[in-house]
Amino acid sequence: MLQGSVVIAVSFLYLALLFAVAYWGDKRADAGRSIIANPTIYALSMAVYCTTWTYYGSVGRAAVTGVGFLPIYLGPTLVMTLGGFLLLKMIRTAKANRITSIADFIASRYGKSQLLGGLVTIIAVVGIVPYISLQLKAVAISYDLIAGYPALVSPAGGHGPILADTTLYIALILAAFTILFGTRHLDATERHEGMVAAVALESVVKLVAFGAVGLFVTFGLYNGVGDIFERAMADPQLAQLTAVASGSRGYATWFSLTLLAGLAILFLPRQFQVTVVENVSEAHLKRAIWLFPLYLFLINLFVLPIALGGLMHFSGQGMNADTFVLTLPMSGHHEALALLVFVGGLSAATGMVIVETIALSTMVCNDLVMPLLLRTKRLALNAERDLSGLLLSIRRGAIVLILLLGYLYFRLAGDAYALVGIGLISFSAVAQFAPAMIGGMYWRGGTRNGALAGLLAGFVVWAYTLLLPSFSKSGWLPASFLSEGPFGIELLKPHQLFGLTGLDDISHCLFWSFAANIGAYVVVSLLRAPTAAEASQATQFVDALKTTRPVGSALWRGSADAADLVALVGRFLGPARAQTAFASYARRHGLADVEKLEADADLVHYAESLLAGAIGSASARAMVASVAKEEPLSLPEVMNILDEASQLRTYSRELERKSRELEAATGELKAANVRLLEVDRLKDDFMASVSHELRTPLTSIRAFSEILRDDPRTALPERERFLGIIVSETERLTRLVNQILDMAKIESGNAEWLVEEVDMNAVVEQSVATTSQLFRDKGVALSLDLAGSVPLIRADRDRLMQVVINLLSNAVKFVPANAGRVMVRLTADTESLRVSVTDNGPGIRREDQKVIFDRFRQGGDAMTSKPTGTGLGLPISLKIVEYFGGRLWVESEPGQGASFIFSLPLNNPENGKRE
Amino acid sequence: MSKKILIADDEQNIVISVEFLMKREGYDVSVAADGEEALARIRADKPDLVLLDVMMPKKNGFDVCQEVRADAALAGVRILMLTARGREMEVAKGIALGADGYMTKPFSTKELVDKVRDLLV
Repeated sequence: MLQGSVVIAVSFLYLALLFAVAYWGDKRADAGRSIIANPTIYALSMAVYCTTWTYYGSVGRAAVTGVGFLPIYLGPTLVMTLGGFLLLKMIRTAKANRITSIADFIASRYGKSQLLGGLVTIIAVVGIVPYISLQLKAVAISYDLIAGYPALVSPAGGHGPILADTTLYIALILAAFTILFGTRHLDATERHEGMVAAVALESVVKLVAFGAVGLFVTFGLYNGVGDIFERAMADPQLAQLTAVASGSRGYATWFSLTLLAGLAILFLPRQFQVTVVENVSEAHLKRAIWLFPLYLFLINLFVLPIALGGLMHFSGQGMNADTFVLTLPMSGHHEALALLVFVGGLSAATGMVIVETIALSTMVCNDLVMPLLLRTKRLALNAERDLSGLLLSIRRGAIVLILLLGYLYFRLAGDAYALVGIGLISFSAVAQFAPAMIGGMYWRGGTRNGALAGLLAGFVVWAYTLLLPSFSKSGWLPASFLSEGPFGIELLKPHQLFGLTGLDDISHCLFWSFAANIGAYVVVSLLRAPTAAEASQATQFVDALKTTRPVGSALWRGSADAADLVALVGRFLGPARAQTAFASYARRHGLADVEKLEADADLVHYAESLLAGAIGSASARAMVASVAKEEPLSLPEVMNILDEASQLRTYSRELERKSRELEAATGELKAANVRLLEVDRLKDDFMASVSHELRTPLTSIRAFSEILRDDPRTALPERERFLGIIVSETERLTRLVNQILDMAKIESGNAEWLVEEVDMNAVVEQSVATTSQLFRDKGVALSLDLAGSVPLIRADRDRLMQVVINLLSNAVKFVPANAGRVMVRLTADTESLRVSVTDNGPGIRREDQKVIFDRFRQGGDAMTSKPTGTGLGLPISLKIVEYFGGRLWVESEPGQGASFIFSLPLNNPENGKRE
Repeated sequence: MSKKILIADDEQNIVISVEFLMKREGYDVSVAADGEEALARIRADKPDLVLLDVMMPKKNGFDVCQEVRADAALAGVRILMLTARGREMEVAKGIALGADGYMTKPFSTKELVDKVRDLLV
């Protein structure tokens, strides 16, 4: 069943199925019910990364280098899992600017430069052509193999006449299908839903087919993975393959390949197409960043078993390891499996070719051909002509041309390299986009000239160190070019440039091309400041994740005619689509129909973005400029507008910050309120206490006054006694009022302090003299223990006397009459003076020792009679001592008397510390 | 038989003046200088009326009032609270605890005498 005709029939059936899926996908998209608005399909479409290079080539590479095939998948896995932010930025930027390809992306970033777009396109085409030729080669080899069944021969090298070459026909068939897939529509838009659906299906098919071979080899030919490895280990040559390459050269290779593959997953035109351009929703990234690496893991699972199994199975037969996937089932006469494998390989090839060629044809059309055509005045000025058909024709032509170039490379160089070798040449070319892309997304300073210089330098080095050698190896250039350098100049040997040895070809190219690329990009960019156009685009790209609204229209000033714009867009999108687009724009702006549209900056911007989707941003800008008269903005004006945009962002951030501050302030206010309530309560307590203290003497005064008034016949001794009480209560009241006022003045900071040099000995002596009468009256002994002489201190003499007198009168109040003893002692050390007043009274309970310094909190609860006094003496004394930086405290054991002690610092600042 | 009145206050001069007023009116007067003493005398003497100060050492007037009202044996004891803290909340608290009347210091001697007479009718 494996005759050529059957294989061909199955192949066409398969392609027809793909086409049906694509057709269905497009229909659903037109109906507004997208089938690719699904994260799984998105992730599967990314697997277009796995081409025949993976399908056949991984086994080939594993047969030579063992696990050396892994970096090609390690790089993308790392980028997907760690570089999600980069992808997100690319996607958002591309959507905001209606980017159609990677060439468009770079051109748009550096001021919508047509020159730059053209250069990127040329690099991409030249770089990718070998890769496409690789697909053609793989399909051709696999067809020749399967068509030769049951014989098992590696196809001989060399080519027959062109017209008898299977590969040519494969190229033409693929071109036809690509045209069907990608340019079937008359409207040239940047998105291809049907194609994405078909590619996702292909990803499933190739995974299933590869998995089937893997299972067949592992469990059909051998007894599981363990069996294969066990047998391989027995052979020292094969055992080597399971070890990671050692030595610095090995690590350098691993590093370069991982880096190259990581950049390829971002910048290969087909990856940019499916990942960025065809992306339906940013949210799909979330699943893709783990599902796609999982896909890579699964498709690599059986690579090493198949490689080892094949090497052992075909031991000594010289079978090309690139073909193991197909030849192993064939050798076991599993025809159905072999056919499935062939279809899987075809799947891998067609998926890559279709997406890559569509992406490249879009670039060739938008960034190379259109800019050139639009320069010919005849075409540009002929406004009557509908160019949408022309666009499609250009793309179709580009598709055929690219595939024929691929075929040409296959004829010229295809035999010199194994599959993996060819793929890496393309990866290295695509990696040249990295500095301009990544730099453009994160560095505002990058300029058009810098990007041009970098890309050109990197591309030239790549061509010299990888592309030309591939021709040389194929015999199209003399072999001495490689071995001795051009014209015998050793330093210019392509694989040991400037004497750099010790690296494999790919690492060597990567080193020199990146050095040239990055160096030129940075140095040339720094030579001059960005222009207005570059600065405005730089801001949109660098701030893509911050911008809340596009600033595009804000950056345009000039005059235009709405009808001209509609006509212009109609020329490229077709009049009907243009009408629909402008009508919906009019509706969004509350206008009845297209005629009412005003050609303001917004409309011009809208027209440009419509055009950009069809012909790329650089051409779109040029076309809009042909009908709209733009007054160019100067750099300062652009910077102003961008400033406004960034001010808006700043403003919103400011708002967020303010709102956070407000929350914090609210919290503080609440706390302050709690404190205020507490203060209020304390103040309330204080007022209640003051009220109580004032009312108590007033009660006696009023009562006795009324008694005396109401009854004039009161006996004389009683009358004298009552009048005595009235007088003493009045004195008490006076003292109280004075002390309350004193306290209030000290607390509010309004007290007057007369600060001078004070001799503490004199203060104590005068205080004792003042209170001596109290002691004599009660029969209390007072002793003095003064230090001979103490340093003077700066303080208020009267205030200090007030403190000592207060302590003395408290002491005399509490000691027993006639048996009481009070001692005053003054001591000094280097830092402070200390005065203590010690009595032999009842002492103060520990729990009262703090309380007595509070206002109106007198000691003496334990006594039957209430002590006389205001309850303010100690609090005021405390305030005075603290004012001069000192301390006042009590030491007492109940029943053992009490000592009130205060100390004052000698080096006290003049005014002490205020509360 | 003259009515018995207990004066409970820690301010000696106030006690002297109220004692004079009550004796002049013909009542049988006893005195307590703190809350505990007041409660003991109330239990011992079962006075007809207590002139009860609120701010007293050891046990304040509210507590005394509450304990008297909780004791069924003292059901006949009238309580007139006297306080220098004249806030409405304290008045309300006194009444709520079962005091029969409330006067703020300083009071008019005539009003005090009238109030006492009313309460003892």
